[in-house]
Amino acid sequence: MKSPAKSPSKSPVKGRALGLVAWLAGILFFLPIAWMALTSFHSEQDAATNPPSLAASLTLDGYRDFFGAGGGASPWPSLINSAVASVVSTLFVLVLALPASYALSIRPVKKWTDVLFFFLSTKMLPVVAGLLPLYLFAKNTGLLDNIWLLVILYTSMNLPIAVWMMQSFLSEVPKAIIEAAQIDGARLPTILARVVAPIALPGIAATSLICFIFSWNELLFARVLSGVVAQTAPVFLTGFITSQGLFLAKVCAASLVISLPVLAAGFAAQDKLVQGLSLGAVK
Amino acid sequence: MTSTASTSTASTTAAGHTRVPTARTPGSPGRLRAWATRAPLLPALIFMVVVTQLPFVATLVISFFDWNALYPDARSFTGFANYTEVLTDPDLRKSVLTTILLTASVVIASLVIGLGLALLLDRRFRGRGLVRTLLIAPFLLVPVAAALLWKHVLYNPEYGLFNGLLHWVGGDGASQPDWISNTPLLAIEASLVWQWTPFMMLILLAGLQSRDTELIEAARMDGANNWQVFRHLTLPHLRRYLELGALLGSIYIVQNFDAVFTITSGGLGTANLPYTVYQSFYQAHENGLASAAGVLVVIGSIIIATFALRVVSSLFREEVSR
Repeated sequence: MKSPAKSPSKSPVKGRALGLVAWLAGILFFLPIAWMALTSFHSEQDAATNPPSLAASLTLDGYRDFFGAGGGASPWPSLINSAVASVVSTLFVLVLALPASYALSIRPVKKWTDVLFFFLSTKMLPVVAGLLPLYLFAKNTGLLDNIWLLVILYTSMNLPIAVWMMQSFLSEVPKAIIEAAQIDGARLPTILARVVAPIALPGIAATSLICFIFSWNELLFARVLSGVVAQTAPVFLTGFITSQGLFLAKVCAASLVISLPVLAAGFAAQDKLVQGLSLGAVK
Repeated sequence: MTSTASTSTASTTAAGHTRVPTARTPGSPGRLRAWATRAPLLPALIFMVVVTQLPFVATLVISFFDWNALYPDARSFTGFANYTEVLTDPDLRKSVLTTILLTASVVIASLVIGLGLALLLDRRFRGRGLVRTLLIAPFLLVPVAAALLWKHVLYNPEYGLFNGLLHWVGGDGASQPDWISNTPLLAIEASLVWQWTPFMMLILLAGLQSRDTELIEAARMDGANNWQVFRHLTLPHLRRYLELGALLGSIYIVQNFDAVFTITSGGLGTANLPYTVYQSFYQAHENGLASAAGVLVVIGSIIIATFALRVVSSLFREEVSR
């Protein structure tokens, strides 16, 4: 950078070198994940050798063990719980956020920025700030270890992000179309479903994916408020925290399988991901 | 930037935008129409107030009580005693310090590395899309899985990749450090920097790609070199994105629980405030103390959040006035 060189297009050697540096950085950042993937296909003995054995034969034992063939607890209930909590809470978020962001973007409410900032401020309230009362509430009402409590909490966790993201997507819907629909006598649900949703669909899809990722990843609520029945996948993973010795392949297989939905959703929403995570502030 | 001394000023300036004609459709009697406009907002608003604000109020109330869950009958009002205890307890003070250290170091390191990577990826080269995808992957791993990866697969003193590489390079006599025991906080920070650098890179890349290319071309025509363009054009333009990345990163990392819980379980002086709060009610059953610590976390977050809201609102108003 410091050398007063010409513009990059005029120095192909330097351009190629910087491209190489970028490749190296990419490989370096990806290496731990690649190594984890390789380890997950090794036998436990091969996984635990030092120095690492690149030539060890591949096996699916790690995955078989993870899915309970080795006698351990089956991950299926926790995977299903995570799927239910993530999908249902994302649906709840959509149902609540769509009308709200519609009101905020298309028909500006008085003091609409105040309302937006209220939503944002709840995101800045740390989870631990309300965890104890929620725990006591759940315990006294018998909702402890109930997946629906997590669904409600994940909805509240993602609703602010969704409102922010979607109001920026919905502002892009031309107002004339909506007014035309209103004059034709269409009511709010019809306008949302028939006019707004189709235009803002890519944005709504990205919002949903981000809500799904956050719910799937969440640990603290799940750890405190779920137990056996409502255990989610990240809580299942915490079972490996103290795992010693010969379970490396299984740990790797478990981590990869549980991360798979998030990796898939994240790669799909790459471009919108940053916009969502920065609450719509970066386009 | 200069006019947004606080969020309240931000909202008053923004109130000007609400005068934009709202009801242009013919024949709209004011009050009913205003409610019809607000109604779609209400479900979300009410839901948020009930689920997030009420529990916090309860936390605030509990923080004034001496209340151990194992002795529920001995519950009594103690005023600010819990706060005094939290603030004078050396362990808790240490966890405040740990939280600040962890957040600041992770945010700064991931921002700096993220900036470097964003600058690299802003250039055209073969396979740029693939490199970007490789770089994003760490951010997409489930946080617990990422923490497990670092704890077992990389740091493990006997068969972790780091010591494996040392062994490989240095032969049988190579040193085989116990990374987590030797440098526990650094071990957590490294894993978090690895996870958060991609996020910073994405934000800064978006910033870089929104630069005015004509301005840069003009500067080059005038003989500006790469460094001068970076220093006087790119960096000022990126400032808002750097701030945004720093503040959003802070909000998430201040609250980090997964990495601390997984890698060290809060041991070896790595307990941050969220972990301490979790531990003091989940394991020590000290409801009053945990709540007081929780309220202090909130106060700390509000301080960060005021800055965050200033930045976001300045970005936001720019967008509105566009």
